Amino acid sequence: MSTLTREETESLIQEVLEVYPEKAKKDRAKHLAINDQSIEQSKKCITSNRKSLPGVMTIRGCAYAGSRGVVWGPIKDMIHISHGPVGCGQYSRAGRRNYYVGTTGVNTFAEMNFTSDFQEKDIVFGGDKKLAKIMNEIEGLFPLHKGISVQSECPIGLIGDDIEAVSKKAAKELNKVVVPVRCEGFRGVSQSLGHHIANDAIRDWVLSNRDGKEFESTPYDVTIIGDYNIGGDAWASRIFLEEMGLRVIAQWSGDGTIAEMENTPKAKLNLLHCYRSMNYISRHMEEKYGIPWMEYNFFGPTKIEESLRRIAAFFDDSIKEKCELVIARYKPMMQAVIDKFKPRLQGKRVMLYIGGLRPRHVIGAYEDLGMEVVGTGYEFGHNDDYDRTIQEMGNATLLYDDVTGFELEEFVKRIKPDLVGSGIKEKYIYQKMGIPFRQMHSWDYSGPYHGFDGFAIFARDMDMTLNNPCWGKQVPPWKLVKPAEEVKAAA
Amino acid sequence: MVLADPPRARFRANKESVVANIMIRKNDTGGLVFYLPKRDLEDNISSIEFDSPAKWGGELKLAGGGTYYIEPQEAPARLPISVRAKRLDSAE
Repeated sequence: MSTLTREETESLIQEVLEVYPEKAKKDRAKHLAINDQSIEQSKKCITSNRKSLPGVMTIRGCAYAGSRGVVWGPIKDMIHISHGPVGCGQYSRAGRRNYYVGTTGVNTFAEMNFTSDFQEKDIVFGGDKKLAKIMNEIEGLFPLHKGISVQSECPIGLIGDDIEAVSKKAAKELNKVVVPVRCEGFRGVSQSLGHHIANDAIRDWVLSNRDGKEFESTPYDVTIIGDYNIGGDAWASRIFLEEMGLRVIAQWSGDGTIAEMENTPKAKLNLLHCYRSMNYISRHMEEKYGIPWMEYNFFGPTKIEESLRRIAAFFDDSIKEKCELVIARYKPMMQAVIDKFKPRLQGKRVMLYIGGLRPRHVIGAYEDLGMEVVGTGYEFGHNDDYDRTIQEMGNATLLYDDVTGFELEEFVKRIKPDLVGSGIKEKYIYQKMGIPFRQMHSWDYSGPYHGFDGFAIFARDMDMTLNNPCWGKQVPPWKLVKPAEEVKAAA
Repeated sequence: MVLADPPRARFRANKESVVANIMIRKNDTGGLVFYLPKRDLEDNISSIEFDSPAKWGGELKLAGGGTYYIEPQEAPARLPISVRAKRLDSAE
């Protein structure tokens, strides 16, 4: 099927909205838009970061998910207590594949679940005593941990526990960083506020810990911010930053440590990958410490080269020179990947619905393979995300914010993309519909996808999914309509 | 009984004269950028009323429409800076 025109896309949106009651229809209409590159500000065409409608299925998370799962969770040498009932921590444990180096349970803890396991009596009498007790237990059982963070679940905010007081006291007793995070799940409309709260907690309890202390710095100190090392992403990015002659002094927060976070204010440049979840802290460091920050994109060779040159522009000629050397060295390798996979993927159309930075960042990687992204949307994006997306997307393509299960299904049925990229909850629906699908939250158990090395894996994965012979076997043999001659020959 | 000042109307009246924390920073090309975290509004500043070392601030006009006012003050030694701003005229 060819690409839809503007009018066709418009009528498609209207058709999909038809099933809703009047009020819901009016609300949802604001979240669906047709991309128009001439618009500079997204608020003129799309509304985002609003409460989801009751009664529709969306795939958003909560503030606790944004803080415990995304920002704090991957910091490997801290213990993150899921403070409240046991479920929130247990069912979100270790699902995100933030790789790290270390011995889990001895000096690293990112895959484990620590919880205060609230019972009725803790709700009635308060859980502060229990929290203090488990902090002592942690110190006894896991003496090599470097700090504790208290990730509040909903009841904490409702019963009014004073986790700040407990944390301050424990920090003194243990002589380690103890960070209370007020990321109760009911705050905000999605996990996005959880990112903000987590950023603010880092700002208030971590960032200034080493102010005024000595640090052996070089003029080439940079940090990687907002890379969660999914399937090893941050490692694949770090490699050629180091080849360029830069020194990566901190990784946030994939494979990150509390010491790295405390040292971040000593950097010369903050490199920001996930704008949505970490722009707050980057803006704060720019104001307080005068560290510039820069958004970069390490998906696909075109964007990587562009980003590397922009990063190098912050530094002197020696870095710029090495940057060109790095680009030249990887160019033939990347060309080989493109030569191999582009003929197999050329012209295929993709629809994405993911969170964070990917709805716009991976577009370049698909285009490098000759594919086209015909629809994209954010689970929990804000206006500034859509501002950045409009320029990346083609004209008359579909934008959908906080899309509901029903809407996405209808869009896919009508647009008939060759590939859908979304989360695990969508995966099996679309595969059963016979549409190739990649789970793009944690790279479908593959990865890394960042960097030059990641692109090779990305291209292979897309090819593997799209050109899998299984898609031709969706109709059972007894329902196959055979060509007339074959039937005759058999008879 | 009729309320002289219904709570709803009062709420709206407050919203008209909204004061918010904003951050002003420089972009790559040296222009000023306005950022309002509460509303995720990021926009280039097209004009600033006072722009001298001794007096800086006043009315800020945004590229996408909208006007904000910050108390005139001494020019900040370094950008970005967080200041309180009053909304005079919003784009929508």
